[in-house]
Amino acid sequence: MIHSLFLINNTGDIFLEKHWKSVIGRSVCDYFFEAKDKAGDPENVPPVLQTPHHYLISIYRGKLFLLSVIQSEVSPLFVIEFLHRVADTIQDYFGECSENVIKENLVIVYELLEEMLDNGFPLATESNVLKEMIRPPNILRSVVNTLTDTLPTGQLSNVPWRRAGVKYTNNEAYFDVIEEIDAIIDKSGTTVFAEIQGAIEACVRLTGIPDLTLSFMNPRLLDDVSFHPCVRFKRWEAERVLSFIPPDGNFTLMTYHISSQNLVAIPVYVKQNISFFDTASCGRLDITIGPKQTMGKMVEGLSVTIPMPKSVHSANLTATQGSYTFDLATKVLVWDIGKLNPQKLPNLKGSLSIQSGVPKPEENPSLSIGLKVQQLAISGIKVNRLDMYGEKYKPFKGVKYVTKAGKFQVRT
Amino acid sequence: MTDSKYFTTTKKGEIFELKAELNSDKKEKKKEAVKKVIASMTVGKDVSALFPDVVNCMQTDNLELKKLVYLYLMNYAKSQPDMAIMAVNTFVKDCEDPNPLIRALAVRTMGCIRVDKITEYLCEPLRKCLKDEDPYVRKTAAVCVAKLHDINAQLVEDQGFLDTLKDLISDSNPMVVANAVAALSEIAESHPNSNLLDLNPQTINKLLTALNECTEWGQIFILDCLANYTPRDDRESQSICERVTPRLSHANSAVVLSAVKVLMKFMEMLPKDLDYYGTLLKKLAPPLVTLLSAEPELQYVALRNINLIVQRRPEILKHEMKVFFVKYNDPIYVKLEKLDIMIRLASQANIAQVLAELKEYATEVDVDFVRKAVRAIGRCAIKVEQSAERCVSTLLDLIQTKVNYVVQEAIVVIKDIFRKYPNKYESVIATLCENLDSLDEPEARAAMIWIVGEYAERIDNADELLESFLEGFHDESTQVQLQLLTGIVKLFLKKPTETQELVQQVLSLATQDSDNPDLRDRGYIYWRLLSTDPVAAKEVVLAEKPLISEETDLIEPTLLEELICHIGTLASVYHKPPSAFVEGSRGVQHKRLPGSSVESPEPASAAVPEASPSIIPSQGDLLGDLLNLDLTPPTSTAAPPPTSGLQMGAMDLLGGGLDSLVRPRVLVSSQMWLPAMKGKGLEISGTFARRSGVIQMEMTLTNKAMSVMTDFAIQFNRNSFGLAPAGPLQVLTPLSPNQSIEVSLPLNTLGPIMKMDPLNNLQVAVKNNIDVFYFSCQYPMSVLFSEDGKMESKVFLVTWKDIPNDNETQCQIKDCHLNSDAASNKLQGSNVFTIAKRTVEGQDMLYQSLKLTNGIWVLAELKVQTGSPVFTVSISTKVPWRSRHGQQSDSVVPP
Repeated sequence: MIHSLFLINNTGDIFLEKHWKSVIGRSVCDYFFEAKDKAGDPENVPPVLQTPHHYLISIYRGKLFLLSVIQSEVSPLFVIEFLHRVADTIQDYFGECSENVIKENLVIVYELLEEMLDNGFPLATESNVLKEMIRPPNILRSVVNTLTDTLPTGQLSNVPWRRAGVKYTNNEAYFDVIEEIDAIIDKSGTTVFAEIQGAIEACVRLTGIPDLTLSFMNPRLLDDVSFHPCVRFKRWEAERVLSFIPPDGNFTLMTYHISSQNLVAIPVYVKQNISFFDTASCGRLDITIGPKQTMGKMVEGLSVTIPMPKSVHSANLTATQGSYTFDLATKVLVWDIGKLNPQKLPNLKGSLSIQSGVPKPEENPSLSIGLKVQQLAISGIKVNRLDMYGEKYKPFKGVKYVTKAGKFQVRT
Repeated sequence: MTDSKYFTTTKKGEIFELKAELNSDKKEKKKEAVKKVIASMTVGKDVSALFPDVVNCMQTDNLELKKLVYLYLMNYAKSQPDMAIMAVNTFVKDCEDPNPLIRALAVRTMGCIRVDKITEYLCEPLRKCLKDEDPYVRKTAAVCVAKLHDINAQLVEDQGFLDTLKDLISDSNPMVVANAVAALSEIAESHPNSNLLDLNPQTINKLLTALNECTEWGQIFILDCLANYTPRDDRESQSICERVTPRLSHANSAVVLSAVKVLMKFMEMLPKDLDYYGTLLKKLAPPLVTLLSAEPELQYVALRNINLIVQRRPEILKHEMKVFFVKYNDPIYVKLEKLDIMIRLASQANIAQVLAELKEYATEVDVDFVRKAVRAIGRCAIKVEQSAERCVSTLLDLIQTKVNYVVQEAIVVIKDIFRKYPNKYESVIATLCENLDSLDEPEARAAMIWIVGEYAERIDNADELLESFLEGFHDESTQVQLQLLTGIVKLFLKKPTETQELVQQVLSLATQDSDNPDLRDRGYIYWRLLSTDPVAAKEVVLAEKPLISEETDLIEPTLLEELICHIGTLASVYHKPPSAFVEGSRGVQHKRLPGSSVESPEPASAAVPEASPSIIPSQGDLLGDLLNLDLTPPTSTAAPPPTSGLQMGAMDLLGGGLDSLVRPRVLVSSQMWLPAMKGKGLEISGTFARRSGVIQMEMTLTNKAMSVMTDFAIQFNRNSFGLAPAGPLQVLTPLSPNQSIEVSLPLNTLGPIMKMDPLNNLQVAVKNNIDVFYFSCQYPMSVLFSEDGKMESKVFLVTWKDIPNDNETQCQIKDCHLNSDAASNKLQGSNVFTIAKRTVEGQDMLYQSLKLTNGIWVLAELKVQTGSPVFTVSISTKVPWRSRHGQQSDSVVPP
């Protein structure tokens, strides 16, 4: 099981350590630092490392490494999931998971770690249980000491995700259907690969123990689903409805994955030409974006990110819409477009200069597209109705749809 | 308000101030003080001097304060064991507190204080807590047993905590069950044979019930535990699978993968024609695909596991190729794994897509990734024959880019493609030669030299090309030097007239100016070969090479089976069995898939018969075997092992022949000829028999790989009796994984002859769509005894006299409890005929003859002393073996 945890920042300083069993010296992290130096980019550090006596399993989040030390054969996914849960919890408590925030709240973080793991076994990882035992700092805990000294109800009930005695004056349940398009488009504009990663994010503030049922107009679209533990799997199998007692507050009710190509509409097309000349040390760039399958909705938040070859020195471009930046250090070109106007297609055009004396770049940069379409679930999934049982009051209900670009890449 | 304020006091006497605050009367002030202490502690400041003051704050009804004090205690108790004792009373008292939260907290913290003196006090409270009425306390206590075990294993056993823990598996609360399972699993890791987790259908049922109701982490523990169970039959297996399947839709990827492990393992027991089996296969794909949309670290672990799964059951993900396409901003460790899986899934159906992708990757930025992508193109060519041409043209396109490392990788893989498809793509050699100068990596240089040497006859300036390499011979790496040596020798054999000087030069460089023993040896061998027998040299150096196999990095099937049992663990990430790396090798048990067809748990037993055929049978055991008599251990039988070549040959012949008399016509024991490990999954065992005058080679072919095997063919090397297949190997239907087929191959004796040692040794090559495999086996001599081996008694007499004494050999067979008639009958069954029998002074003399398939007559005299179990055999044959070293001859076998 998880033996120790080290929190390490981007520059390689260990700023917090926690041991759940015997103490393991910091020197064990040297193996990690070695791998980190070798990988260069922090994103490229291998997540599972072997050392003569330990295993190091790490994740990289918010410019932080969470590094756990393992001594026995254990499921690495379990460790990685747990580490992400730690980061989630910190984010949940303090708004973000960063070195500064952790340093400012060291004692609470330390208490949290102690509460989340006992002897390496997860103890309490549900946000609502933890919050009953360790108050987040925004509640003035020194003034009103509301910390319960009784057992948090969630710890043992069959619904560990919900605390008892929830009361609201306004009872409301909101569901956001968020779909992200992951796609690879090749240079000729053909879709090489496309899929939809969908999620239903819920914000439920309901009094008591409500029992909810959410049904879809077209549940057949969903064949690859993952549920929050609150969802009753049997009902889904039998009737294709989501039946659950929700956690209190924000949570992800389900995620789904649609891969069959014909269901994945691609909202925009990209016409691009990036080329470098053999002779002169310069290149040309010309990008136009236009609407493709937008289902009659407005495409907003459009942006293009291009990691340029390292030898590109500067960019001299003109955008018909929005603005562009070129980061000289990272060589990343970002073009912020905003709304897509189908009558006047946005275009970015101009020249790129290459460091003199350097051969022309061999690789072709890929384009990452960012976009957002409100009030549309690109897969066509639609919530039919939401019913509540077990409580008498009438809640306020709402469903929102949004489609975004996920890992949406255009090759050149 | 943040905790950073706790660090602001940097004045002198900080400790002193804290001390005063800790002893304050005001609760709030006390608490703030403890927090300051903890804050200092977490950043590594030494605040151990405050131990007594902090411990004094422990007796409070404020839970938050109590917890903070506990945190402090856990950290410093080890360095202050004597003072820690002061806290024991409070702990013991807290374990009796009416509030379950406090009871649990006390027992939990006590377990974390790793001080021997405290653990003694822990036993009683722990015992009570394990039986506490509140499940929260029981669940915490269960983990505490594991903690205590880590500190003092003996104490835990003596106090009977293990039994209590086992009882908790039947607890009514699922969370308690999960924690008990987790604790037991952890303890069991240090006691591999303790049978702590005794799984039976009842406990399995309890675990499955708890599975539905416990937390996600508990589900992982329970699933991992379930995976160790072996169901009694396929029905139980199916019912467990049915109850585990819903876990595949869990949001926690560790739960999903643990469920996959259970299903992959139990699936082995389901009959393949069962509808449910197909349903299950279909259900496995979506969750695996979903894992790939998670965070990159999770993706990595998932990909390593998927790599195992596609090797075992390629059908699960065969339609999901696209999800493995690489995105440019994937971390490099994810990219490399995806690439690996893409190649495993490559097939004729999707090869076009795969190739287009690979070509795209070959223009990426990351050098490692680009190299691997180029190699992958080569692997595709070798794997999917139909695509070879496209792969080659893709590689040529890449060579045109002139990117140095791309060119070098391409040349290395093109060499492999030449190996796989000889005489097909030589047209590209010209293009390759253009890039000769840019090659600076040994592997690429060696590959290029190999190509030039291999196709020297088609490259006009091959000598110039090779000569250019020769200039810097000593600066090259060994790999290149060896290749250059062989390449030039090949060139010489193909174009002897123009290259004499060159070959002289390389031979002298290799033999005289090199320190490398391998290089020198190879140089000398070539030299001798060329100087003594150029024809032989040609046969050796330009011999036809075996084709290379398509899947070079498949995991060996038995290891794969073990790894499948470890899906989701570190073993599955490293692709090594846990015994290979788990700390202290605590005797980890090897896990196997249930109902799989790999040999019985003792692989040794399979290895033994494999080894024995290569041993030259000593006289003793073979003759001892005669006539199915009590087989005594070889050491105690008859004469000492023969040393002379003459005896050897005779013994082999007789031994082998008589050996089989023991058995009925069909030789019972079939031997392992080619173990699956050496045959890339193809296992061959077999035996020889003679049926109505025809020698039959009877083989059982078993496919232990994961892919279908087709295109079987067989060939023999030259052998002593010219054995050769009389027809092609009759394997008409493809051999699917885990399938066995029995084939009977009729043999004739018309093949080329070469004396083997031992005489009855046969070297066999079996080819299938995967590779060519070589093994050698030995046939019993008796299969060569022809039916017309009965000699006219007159002729016998003459022949017997004609044979010079030198050609006669004698030996004894002990412990033969047969009379002469019975022996005679038995021998006749094997085509050893009795010509005459006479009795002299109580001794039965049997005169016998047999005829080998090559027309050689062998005569024998068998003396049987009535009542004595010792037979004396004299064997003669007319044709002496080519005599070497004067009088020593190898008898019986003609050249």
